Formats: sequence, C-alpha cells, structure tokens
Amino acid sequence: MATATASSPVRDTGIGALLRHRAVGKLLLLAVAAAVLVPIANAKWASGAWPDALTVDLTEPLARTTDWIIDNRDSHWLFTYFFGHISNAIVVSVRAVYLVLLAGGWAGVIAGGALIAWRVAGVRLAVLTAASFGLCGLLNMWVPTMQTLALMVVAVLASVVLGVLMGLAAGLSDRVFRMLRPVLDTMQVFPAFSYLLPAVLIFGVGVPAAVLATVIYAAPPMARLTALGLRGADGGVMEAVTSLGTTARQRLFSARLPLARKELLLGLNQTIMMALSMAVIASMIGGAGLGDRVYQALGSVDVGAALAAGIPIVLLAVVLDRVTSAAGERMGANPVDRQTRGGAYWWVTGGRGSALAAVVTAVVAVAFRFADRLDWPESWTVNIVEPVNTAKEWMVDHIYTGVPVVGGTADWAAHFTTWVLDPVRDGLQGMPWWSVLLVVAALAWLIGTWQTALTAVLAMAGIGVLGVWDKSLDTLSQVLAAVAVTTVVGFAIGIATARSERFERLLRPVLDIFQTMPQFVYLIPVVALFGIGRAPAVAAAIVYALPAVIRITTQGLRQVSPAAMESSKSLGATDWQRLRQVQLPLARPALLLAVNQAVVLVLAVVVIGGLVGGGALGYDVLYGIAQGDLASGLVGGAAIVCLGLMLDRVTQPTVRREHSAKKGA
Amino acid sequence: MRVRTRVLSAVTAAGALLAMSGCGKADMTKQSSPYANAAGAKTVTLSVQSWVGAQADVAVAEYLLDHELGYRVDKVQIDEVPAWDALSQGRVDAIMEDWGHPEQEQRYIKDKKTIVPGGDVGVTGHIGWYVPTYFAKKHPDVTNWKNLNKYADQFRTAESGGQGQLMDGSPSYVTNDKALVKNLDLDYKVVFAGSEAAQITQIEQFAKQRKPFLTYWYKPQWLFDKVPMTEVKLPAYKEGCDADPAKIKCAYPHTPLQKYFNADFAKKGGDAAEFLKKFHWSEKDQNEVSLLIADKKMSPQDAAKAWIDKNESTWKAWLPK
Repeated sequence: MATATASSPVRDTGIGALLRHRAVGKLLLLAVAAAVLVPIANAKWASGAWPDALTVDLTEPLARTTDWIIDNRDSHWLFTYFFGHISNAIVVSVRAVYLVLLAGGWAGVIAGGALIAWRVAGVRLAVLTAASFGLCGLLNMWVPTMQTLALMVVAVLASVVLGVLMGLAAGLSDRVFRMLRPVLDTMQVFPAFSYLLPAVLIFGVGVPAAVLATVIYAAPPMARLTALGLRGADGGVMEAVTSLGTTARQRLFSARLPLARKELLLGLNQTIMMALSMAVIASMIGGAGLGDRVYQALGSVDVGAALAAGIPIVLLAVVLDRVTSAAGERMGANPVDRQTRGGAYWWVTGGRGSALAAVVTAVVAVAFRFADRLDWPESWTVNIVEPVNTAKEWMVDHIYTGVPVVGGTADWAAHFTTWVLDPVRDGLQGMPWWSVLLVVAALAWLIGTWQTALTAVLAMAGIGVLGVWDKSLDTLSQVLAAVAVTTVVGFAIGIATARSERFERLLRPVLDIFQTMPQFVYLIPVVALFGIGRAPAVAAAIVYALPAVIRITTQGLRQVSPAAMESSKSLGATDWQRLRQVQLPLARPALLLAVNQAVVLVLAVVVIGGLVGGGALGYDVLYGIAQGDLASGLVGGAAIVCLGLMLDRVTQPTVRREHSAKKGA
Repeated sequence: MRVRTRVLSAVTAAGALLAMSGCGKADMTKQSSPYANAAGAKTVTLSVQSWVGAQADVAVAEYLLDHELGYRVDKVQIDEVPAWDALSQGRVDAIMEDWGHPEQEQRYIKDKKTIVPGGDVGVTGHIGWYVPTYFAKKHPDVTNWKNLNKYADQFRTAESGGQGQLMDGSPSYVTNDKALVKNLDLDYKVVFAGSEAAQITQIEQFAKQRKPFLTYWYKPQWLFDKVPMTEVKLPAYKEGCDADPAKIKCAYPHTPLQKYFNADFAKKGGDAAEFLKKFHWSEKDQNEVSLLIADKKMSPQDAAKAWIDKNESTWKAWLPK
C-alpha cells in the first residue's frame, strides 16, 4: 500500500520537496543502500567486529623485505651504486657545513649569523640573532646546536631543491599538479615515525636517514607554495611578456619566478619550520645534535636538561622564522622600487653590503682563531637544570592529587579516562563495523560530495583490511576527545584574544614556544601531572594543537568585515549578540579550518602519545621502530594515514581546495 | 634572478662533483658519523641505550677516553635492535651493555662477521615483576604469583579497567608479559607506559602516595635505591622454557651483560678498542654512577668524575699498557 499512497498527488509534492532538499535525499539514498547491503554483510560475517575474511596480513611479506634489505645491503647494486652514494653525499655535505661552522668558532658564527640577518632583515633581527646564538652557548649547548644547524642547512637545502623542482613541474603542468597532490598529502599525513623505519633499514641509523626523513616531511610546503606562486602569476603581465617574444624559459625566469617571489619565500619559511620540528624526532634514529640531547635527558627523566636542549631549538626556530618572513615582507614591499631603479643597481649595493658582511665575519673568525678561542668558553654557561627540576617537583607535589574541592590533576585524568575516553572507545568498538562505515559515509556526504564520502569510507575500510580495526577505533576515540577539548578551549581563548590586542600580545610568545618546543620536552611533565595512560596522551595532543586553533580563530574573528560589526552595533546589539549572531557566523570558514587543523595536529601527536601510555596505533609505530619490525610500524602508520584521510574528509571537504596549499602551515 | 641561477648551477655542479667522485661502489659497511673525527680530534662513537645503567657505562668510558687517552667521544642514543644494525655499519663503534639478542648475534656475529663480542661488562641483568617493598611488607604473600589474583583489585587503575594493572615500559624492551598473564591465568591487564621515562615517573608518583603497584622492572637499576621494590616470584626459569614466545610460563633468565664492537673497530681501534675491551666493573659501581645521574641529576660527566676520583685502582687496570 505504501507505493499507492506515495503515488497520490498530494504526497508526491511532499516527497518531491523533501527529495529536493539535498541532505535528506542523500540520507535516504544511503539508507536504501544500507538496507540492501547490511543484511548481506551480516549474513556472511555475523559478528560485529571487522570480519577476519576481509583482512590482509602483511607481517610475513614485510618481515621478508626487512631480512632481504639487511642481507643485501652490503652487496646489492641498488645499495652500493645508488643508496650508498646518496648516503655518502649527505654525510659529506653535513660534514662540510659542520666543519665550516667549527672553523668559524663561536664568535665567527655569531658574527656571520647576525650579519646575514642584518642584510636580509634589518638591524633588529640581527640583534635577535646574535642574542639567540649567545643564549645557546650560555646554556652549554654550543656544539649540539652547531650539529643541528649543519643537519638543518643540508636538509633544508635538499628540501628546497626537491620542493622547487616538484613545484615547477606542478606549476607549469596541470596534469602533474593533479598527480602530485595526493603524493604531497601522503608525505605530510604519514606519521614521520613510520618512515623513519624504512629510512633506517636502507641507510642505517644516523644522519643520512635523519636528513632523508626530514626532506620527505619538509619538502611538500615548498612544492605546494612554488606551484601556487607559479599558477597565480598575473595574466596581464604574462601576456605582456609573451608579446615581447620571449621564450618559455625566459618567461619563467624573468616573469613567473620573480612574480612568485613571495610564495617562494613563504615556502622556504615553512620548510625550515617543518625541518626543525623533525630535529627531535630524527634523534630517535641517531640524528645527533640538540634533538639527541633532549631525547637522552628524557631517558633519565630530567626535564631540566631536556628544556636546556629544547630552548636552542625554539631559538633557532624563532630566529629562522623571523628572518625569513622579514625577508619576505621586504621583497613584497618594494618590488616596484627595485625594478625602476634597475636590478643591476640593487645587486651592486647589495653585493657590496654582502661582501662587507663576509669580510667582517672572516676577520672575526680569524681573530678568534688566533686568540685560540674557538670553543665556547666553559665558564660562560648558566645552569638552568636544577631550578627547572625543582619547579617541576614542587608542581607535582602540590597539585598531583588531593587538592581540596577541585581534586588533583591525577584525579582529573582518572575521571577523564573513565567518564569520557572509556565510553567513547567502548561505544565505537561496540558498533558493528558496517554501521561505522555508514556513519562515516553519512557525515562525509552531508558535508561534501559523493566523492569525498567514498574516499572517507574507503579509508575507513582500509583500516579494517589492514587488520587494526579495534586499535584504530581506540586511537580515534582519543583523537575525538582531544579535538573536542582543543576546539572548545581554543575557540574560547581565540574569542578573548580577538577582543583584546593586549591579551594577544601577551599570548604570542607563549604560543610561539608551544608550537616550536619539541613535543618530547613536555611528555615528562605531562606524566608527572596525569600519570601514564590515555589521558596524558590526550593532554599532550591538546597542548600541541591548541596554539594553531587559537591563532586561526583570532585571525578569523578579526577579519570579519568591520562594516557588518558597525551596522549591528548601530542596531543596538549587545556585545554577546554581536559575537554570536554576526562575528561567529561570518568567521565560519576560519572556524572550520581551525577544527580541521586541530584534527591534523592531534593526529600528528598520536605517535608521541604512545610514549606516555596512549597505546593503540601510536604504540604499534613505536614498537616497530624499537624492534626493527617493519610490519607493525608500517601498518600502524598506514592506519593513522587512513584515519587522517577520513577525518579530513569528514571535517573539511568544501573549503579543501583553497586551503590545501596552506596545510603545511 | 641572476643569483638564483647561480645558486642553482652551483648546486648542480656540486651534485655532479659528488656523483663523479663516487662513481665506483659505495661501501655501506663503512658509514661513520659526519661529526666524527672533526677538527683533527680522534673520536670514538658509542651507542647509549635509554636506561641509566648503560648511560653510566658510557659516561665513565667517555671520561677516561677523553682525559686519559685523548679521544673525543660521540654518543648516539638508539634503541637496542637498531643499535646492532648501526654497529654492523660502523656508525657506532661499540655497544657497552647488551641484554641478549640471539637473532642479532646469529645474523651479525656468526653470518656477516661485522660485529665481534667485547666481553662481559661485569654486571648481571635480571628482568622481573616487582611490587613496592612497603606493600610487600604488609602483604607478604603478594610476592608469589599464585596469590596475585587476590590483589588484582588493589592494583586497579583507570587505564586497566576492571582488572589489575601490570605496568610495562618501553616498546624496545624484551618482554613476555602479555603471554605470561594469559598463560598463568592472571586477572591483569598489561599497560604499556611507552617509554622508560614515563614508567619511572609513574613509579615515583605511586611511591610518593605509598600506593600499591605491580610493574615490569629490571636489575641493576638505580631506582631501587629510591623506591625499594620486592620481586614477585614467577615459575622458575629453566633453560629453553622461553623457546616458544606464545607458550611461556616461566620467569626471565639472569643475563651477564655483554659488550659488542664493530669488527673493524676491534681490529684497528688502537688504544680506544683495547681500553673498551678491558672495561669491567661491578653492579655496585654501576649503581653508584647511575644514581648520581638519574636521581641527583648530575651531568653524566660529573657523575663519572665523582666515581673515577674514588676508584682509581679499578680503572687504572683498564688502561692500555
């Protein structure tokens, strides 16, 4: 009878209208598909868990691959004629840079650094640079800082060369652009930990593997921004240049690249930041330098020493970030000026200044060499280890447990685990596998197109096929909890900073530190406060993801058109009304981006969470590295990628296009 | 844009030069660190494992190599299994403390001959399950595995759900605990702290509140001096009872800890190799240095110096004649 009533004219318009409403239509279609498919799936594999018949076990082939690599590494041509040379080239170049830095001595390096900063970014940043290097020495970290710097110089150069090449190809050809995008996505989403392992297998522990892993991680933003810059070249200018009868090569070098200058510098800036954030992770495979010091200090639960090595990393990051972005602003600010005066004029004066800088550096270096003061003087060091550890002990003694009324941090962690993490995890794991896929499909389709829904579902199914369904849902529950807390807290703080310039200025250095401080450094305080388990892992993820969310929220709210704000004010709206009804809705794209970034960043810390008892996929990846077990490391990593892909599609499908270039940010 | 092209051509030229200089075979077995032997110094690269005992070995060796023999020591922290690989490639010269890796010994010592044994450290290692002594005194029968189920609810945490928590540490450590819990029918859940640092922090935290806990731990370890712990008896270890990892029902063995050297280094390492071969000290010595590093938060160099100043007769015997 249902068909009869449905075909009656009155009903028809009703359903027709409903169907025209896209969301309901999609859901209906999905329900029909589910009604057909679920009984079949259920009949074949009755249990709610992911069916064994649909998994592929990669343990055996991956173990065989490992053995093959180790047994043939010394003899097979692939290694002796290809990887071996790459490895040697990296070692030789890192060594060369390191020797130059050592030969310059501390005074030479400080002078050189400050003068370069002065040339490209002005006096203020020159002072900042000199002070930062000096502080690295004061913390008794001079030699490790130089080792890290040498590694960074080579890794960043390699990333830039690779990134620019990829970017050129993608910028000049649409087909390459489409082909490269998924590759770049994977390079960034794949947790660095899981490609450390193959890198180690091929190159062995040490600098070459560390540099290679860094390049894989740091090259994508350069490639994306190069492509973006080339594609965005002003059509009018290009036409004018073409009409002058230039060749394609001339056009590239005389117009396209110069016009993309700003993007190129932004790409360089992003690449440097990402390379630095790998410095500590690379220490897990013997990358030496500052990262290694952080890692070793944590081995003996010494937060003070870890901080002493972490601060130079932050300083390097701040200096390199400010100098490169200041250079970018300068270039963006006066291109006309430079062009009218003629390139030659600028390069001559620039060249003279640079030559002067080089001479001063050389003189300083030679002077200190003759004075035999190449090494940082040992008496000029400050010991921050003890005070930091005392402070940490005090905190732990007083707020870990038994604080009246609010309860201690350990109690919060326990409550968070039992009241939030456990129910979410058990709920997810208790859902039949096909219903998880349906929910993912529904969410992704409602927000995006059928393609995004398909990708999300396939990614989720991939997890099942890899045989880590339960563990992935455990990880997912942690990610969801962390993202929820991060967005709530981040939006609240973001709203506050958007309303007060002063508050923002106060907060800025704090956010800088949290974004660049290696995550390892705050693992121990996190355990000291919350114990081991999933709660501290979530806490670490929140700390890591919060700054980006706050920044994007603040920026989004600030950019809301002043006219809209003014007019709502004139209509007599209160502050709260304006925030809720004008500012937040208008800033919606920025807020969505913030949520998306929270997801991406939280996922990036999932592996680190394994170090404090987060378990699940993070632990698998760590186990893979520690035991040289390619299967557990790679499968865990691949599952994290799938989760990332799925969550990305579910949170941000509609604005993906325009911000995909910024993902590295 | 002239500068950019110039940089580009310079990079290409450098690349070409490197390619040409290395047209022959590259030897993957000789891959020393780029930081080694810099600025005319003789260096030795030692692998440091994450536990403090190994750091103590390395700290003392480093100090003596530096002050008595004039070497600069580079240290690299790597997990155990990758460390063997690094040793075979010559990226590190020596591992100062190994807890037994039969698979690696077969592959690198017997088959490939890229690693040679370097003798005993003088310390015997043992892994086991431990409860804090303050708890064992109150409940003496907890020290036998048969009674563990009785105490499961006292060892419960938010993370272990309804069962007792058996805390394990870093994924790099040898452990049979999951199999043991299953095969001995224990009402416990193995919770991995994920790193030794996290595990120590949690143990200290429990001890501060005098809470009961059950943990995977090992001797020799400095933490025993700060948090006294008593071992829980597991079914006795017999040769070969751990052959099948899935069916293990017995305790962990006692392992005399070993040193291992890169084969080339052992042959051509000169004074440094000879010194490291002779390096041999007692558990007491090692703990003394470990405690200074990990608990008193002294730098490894200072801790090593403190011990070296007091024990001249011991280390004098290690120096090459």
